Amino acid sequence: MPAAVKLENVVKRFGALEVLKGISFDIEPGQVVALIGASGSGKSTALRCINRLEQIQGGSIHVCGHRVEDPTLDPRALRQDVGMVFQSYNLFPHMTVGQNVILALKRVKKMPKAEAMRIAERVLKQVGLAEKIDSYPEQLSGGQQQRVAIARSLAMSPKVMLFDEVTSALDPKLTGEVLRVMEDLAKGGMTMVVVTHEMAFARRAADKVIFMHHGHVHEVGGPNILTNPGTAELREFLEHDL
Amino acid sequence: MDGFGTGHLVYLLNGLLWTVVLSVLALLLGGIAGFGVMLARISQRRWLRRVSMGYVQIVQGTPLLIQMFLMYFGLGVAGVQVPALLAAALAMMIYSSAYLGEIWRGCVQSIGKTQFEAAETLALTRWQSLIDVILPQAARIATPPTVGFVVQLVKNTSLASVVGFLELTRSAQVINNSLFQPFLVFGIAAALYFAVCYPLSLWSRTLERKLNAGRRQA
Amino acid sequence: MQYEFNFAALAPYWGSFLSGAWVTIQLTVASVALGMVIGVLCAIARRSAFRSLRTAAGIYIETVRNTPFIVQIFFIFFGLSSVGLRMPILWAAIFALVINVGAYTAEIVRAGMDAIPHGQIEAAEALGLTKFQIYRDIIIMPAIEKVYPALTSQFVLMMLTTSIASQISAEELTGVANNIQSNTFRSFETYIVVGLLYIGITFLMRAAFWGIGQIAFPRRRKLGEA
Repeated sequence: MPAAVKLENVVKRFGALEVLKGISFDIEPGQVVALIGASGSGKSTALRCINRLEQIQGGSIHVCGHRVEDPTLDPRALRQDVGMVFQSYNLFPHMTVGQNVILALKRVKKMPKAEAMRIAERVLKQVGLAEKIDSYPEQLSGGQQQRVAIARSLAMSPKVMLFDEVTSALDPKLTGEVLRVMEDLAKGGMTMVVVTHEMAFARRAADKVIFMHHGHVHEVGGPNILTNPGTAELREFLEHDL
Repeated sequence: MDGFGTGHLVYLLNGLLWTVVLSVLALLLGGIAGFGVMLARISQRRWLRRVSMGYVQIVQGTPLLIQMFLMYFGLGVAGVQVPALLAAALAMMIYSSAYLGEIWRGCVQSIGKTQFEAAETLALTRWQSLIDVILPQAARIATPPTVGFVVQLVKNTSLASVVGFLELTRSAQVINNSLFQPFLVFGIAAALYFAVCYPLSLWSRTLERKLNAGRRQA
Repeated sequence: MQYEFNFAALAPYWGSFLSGAWVTIQLTVASVALGMVIGVLCAIARRSAFRSLRTAAGIYIETVRNTPFIVQIFFIFFGLSSVGLRMPILWAAIFALVINVGAYTAEIVRAGMDAIPHGQIEAAEALGLTKFQIYRDIIIMPAIEKVYPALTSQFVLMMLTTSIASQISAEELTGVANNIQSNTFRSFETYIVVGLLYIGITFLMRAAFWGIGQIAFPRRRKLGEA
């Protein structure tokens, strides 16, 4: 089976600063990959390159048949296949939960409203928030807002979902409810790339762990590398940087 | 019929001079009156707050043009014959007192109750607190919007032309009446206004940026 | 000072006063609606990735904001008629008002757009929305909501500015007043009445904008003013 996501020698620079120094990894369909590393290691940048929120300067990225680095690629075609959830939720504050979820269905998939609403009800039920469909984001807790953000992304039936430190802004009590939703998704066979500091989550849910260090992929393995790191840097990271 | 010549330009520059004179007068008179409006708006006497608020709503609810006419004809009705400059300056005083009073009230109130209270616990009188504690802080934040308002003031002196005061706009009208080259004549007048107003706008923006930068550090 | 106020002399003219006020309201509604469109478009141009577009919008905005409206309306009205382009006075007045208020609106709306968190725009991009859709659904309305009080004040100021259209003989409230006072020689009384009418229109406008805000921003209606 071809890889769902494949990065080859990807280089990303911000001006003179080289953030990704030629990284490669691939992700099979249905796999859950945890991207870990200290802040500044390039893990979030790598994630953002996958759906072209950042343009890359070298190498290639293949995602579900799209060549991401190709300048003629319409990024919207790519983004219909790749969902993304952000650290700061980024719900649209002037829209209700339901409106947040159906916006892209109506605008991008040109779906009639009634059909979009049926999907919204389904995905909101999936994240346990069916009763909040008419609430505004500011009426919800951070954990609930993040679950809505996941539902909003899920509604587009993406083939791959990217999660960028989605629990970092939440206190531990609310972190749990978001991680449970993500674990359910993982069990349901969703291909997921998760940038996270939650090692317990990575151990439970990930099929593959990628440790990034100074803009390189430093170590790759199963979740067992979190208990038995193969390199000194990963050991150091696990012991000190959390 | 002659074209636009040096004589015309001198005539316009003379008008510009009177525009500046009227602006300065309006700012001085309006500043003094506006300070009074600001004090009345934050007074502890309810009736004074109400009266001053009514004053502000009336001034901000009527066009300056009408205020010009009222002053011009009102003074005549009172039997006082005044030069157009004075009528215009008085109208602009009233106009700017309301706007400046409101701008400054906002600045003083943003310094906040807590500073007033802190000063009062030191047994300073309300007046002393205002002079020594509140106003020095408020002046800093009040400067950018005040300079911004001066731009409005300079532009609005153009309305003194309707009561016959020979400032820049009136001068341009007079020239245009003889030459009938409106694009040229009013274009030059606009350029002269721009030459005065744009630097003030830029200055106001710079002041504001500095103020914001300073606040972010604090 | 001995002056006998005589408002009774104005009584026969109440119909004229009202028709003047009606013209003022029409000028205002037309200029607000069109000025809003110009303002939003120029705000978008100011944020554009194309330098030439940013510069052009900047020149327009700064030119208008740093010159008096009376000079602008003379330039447009007398200028156009000097090259043989004669249009009805009210059209010329609306044209000048829209050009004027569009520039002020652009600056206010841009400030609102700049205040939209970048993450929301990124989220919309990640969902596959086009630039146009992002402006329409994510940026414009919340930006307007953020600066709505400032916009309201600006539009009230613009309503007061319509009085200057009297200087090109528009028959709005001030123009009507000029005619009445020259017929009755009751200038002071006339301008007092007109002043009161302007105050009435100001209150009307503030109420109207409050109402429009309640309809346009449902979140505000549901959660109260934040």
